[in-house]
Amino acid sequence: MDIKVLGSGCAKCKATTDIITRVAAETGKDVTLEKIEDMRQIVSFGVMTTPAVVVEGRVVHKGSVPSRDQVLAWLG
Amino acid sequence: MSADITAPLHGRDARPDWVWHLGVIGFVAVWFALYRQLPGWSEWIVAHLPVDRAGHTGEALAFFFYDTPKVMMLLMLIVFGMGVVRSFFSPERTRAMLAGRREGVGNVMAAGLGVLTPFCSCSAVPLFIGLVSAGVPLGVTFSFLIAAPMVNEVALVLLFGLVGWKVAAVYFSFGLGVAIVAGWVIGKLHLEGWLQGWVRDIHSGAVTPGVVAADRLTLVDRYRQGGVAVREIFGRVWVWIILGIAMGAAIHGYVPQDLMLRIMGSGSAGTAGAWWSVPAAVLIGIPMYTNAAGVIPIVEALLSKGAPLGTVLAFMMSVIALSAPEMIILRQVLTLRLIGVFIGVVGSGILAVGFLFNYLF
Repeated sequence: MDIKVLGSGCAKCKATTDIITRVAAETGKDVTLEKIEDMRQIVSFGVMTTPAVVVEGRVVHKGSVPSRDQVLAWLG
Repeated sequence: MSADITAPLHGRDARPDWVWHLGVIGFVAVWFALYRQLPGWSEWIVAHLPVDRAGHTGEALAFFFYDTPKVMMLLMLIVFGMGVVRSFFSPERTRAMLAGRREGVGNVMAAGLGVLTPFCSCSAVPLFIGLVSAGVPLGVTFSFLIAAPMVNEVALVLLFGLVGWKVAAVYFSFGLGVAIVAGWVIGKLHLEGWLQGWVRDIHSGAVTPGVVAADRLTLVDRYRQGGVAVREIFGRVWVWIILGIAMGAAIHGYVPQDLMLRIMGSGSAGTAGAWWSVPAAVLIGIPMYTNAAGVIPIVEALLSKGAPLGTVLAFMMSVIALSAPEMIILRQVLTLRLIGVFIGVVGSGILAVGFLFNYLF
């Protein structure tokens, strides 16, 4: 599963990457996690707030650190 | 797929709604009960310390033990309330409300929405682009960007708690005023050509729609967002508040009452007040970077030692509204020339407010 975290290196963006990595490890899902810090790429997804999460090319979350339950739902 | 993905924000929590409503009502009731007891408690604590209540140390401690819990409690309540209110606003909604809006009305709306829209400075760039690319005029976008950090609940609560409601109200109205007028002026200058090239391209190109399903929040979700706001903001500022109040307390107890008056003069029309204190305050304030929580105890101390209101307001506005880190973030979308104009216009607005108040009071 291809997941991208959009955000230019703020604390919340790091927390978002961390929680996704953790939940992926716990559930044993195969996740490719990519951090996108380049502003041009970030805005090309049409998000106005970071951190944002893109799963399989779709923006599923933006503006805050996602909860564990949300990450679980994405990993399905 | 979409049903899976936009799934439950909070899966396992099964508390019924009425528990939440009761909880919030109970919290507010307990809050008011505690708040009324604070003066008594703080005096009781100081009375049991081995210091002379009327002396310098006693004065400083009384200030500290009263103001710290008071400000913390006020902050908790207001941040929670603002978190709930902000859940009704989102950057996408703000964009929809501002897109195609004419300057003037647009500036007023943008400044108001800047206060209400949830926004953190690390999102300044995508937000800026999101607004500009959707056809929000540049000046209107600036009104939003100026108001968002300047008029914030932490600053207002601290002003209210430490200085008084009048100064808080003045700060609120003139903060909005500066955001509206400065944005309007920048709009009139037609500086769209001074954006960074790649931003201009997005501007003239197609609008990328924001994705993510529309939020349909229940009242309980909104309470939760209030709770999240309290955790986040509180976690970030509590140390600053304690340090700031401790410093304010020290100044209260030990620094002579009219020190600032002696340095700056009263500033009012009839006296030999130092006119230079306002530009000096702005020049010192712009590069300074601290959040509202750190600067307001200093503001309180300055005022109580006789510094003129306009000078102190100008200092505070320039510290909070203009900061080096924010400029560095905005540098990605604005050319240096445009940043210069931005600082110049906002700085002039703040100067005007400072002079006006020193003249009037």
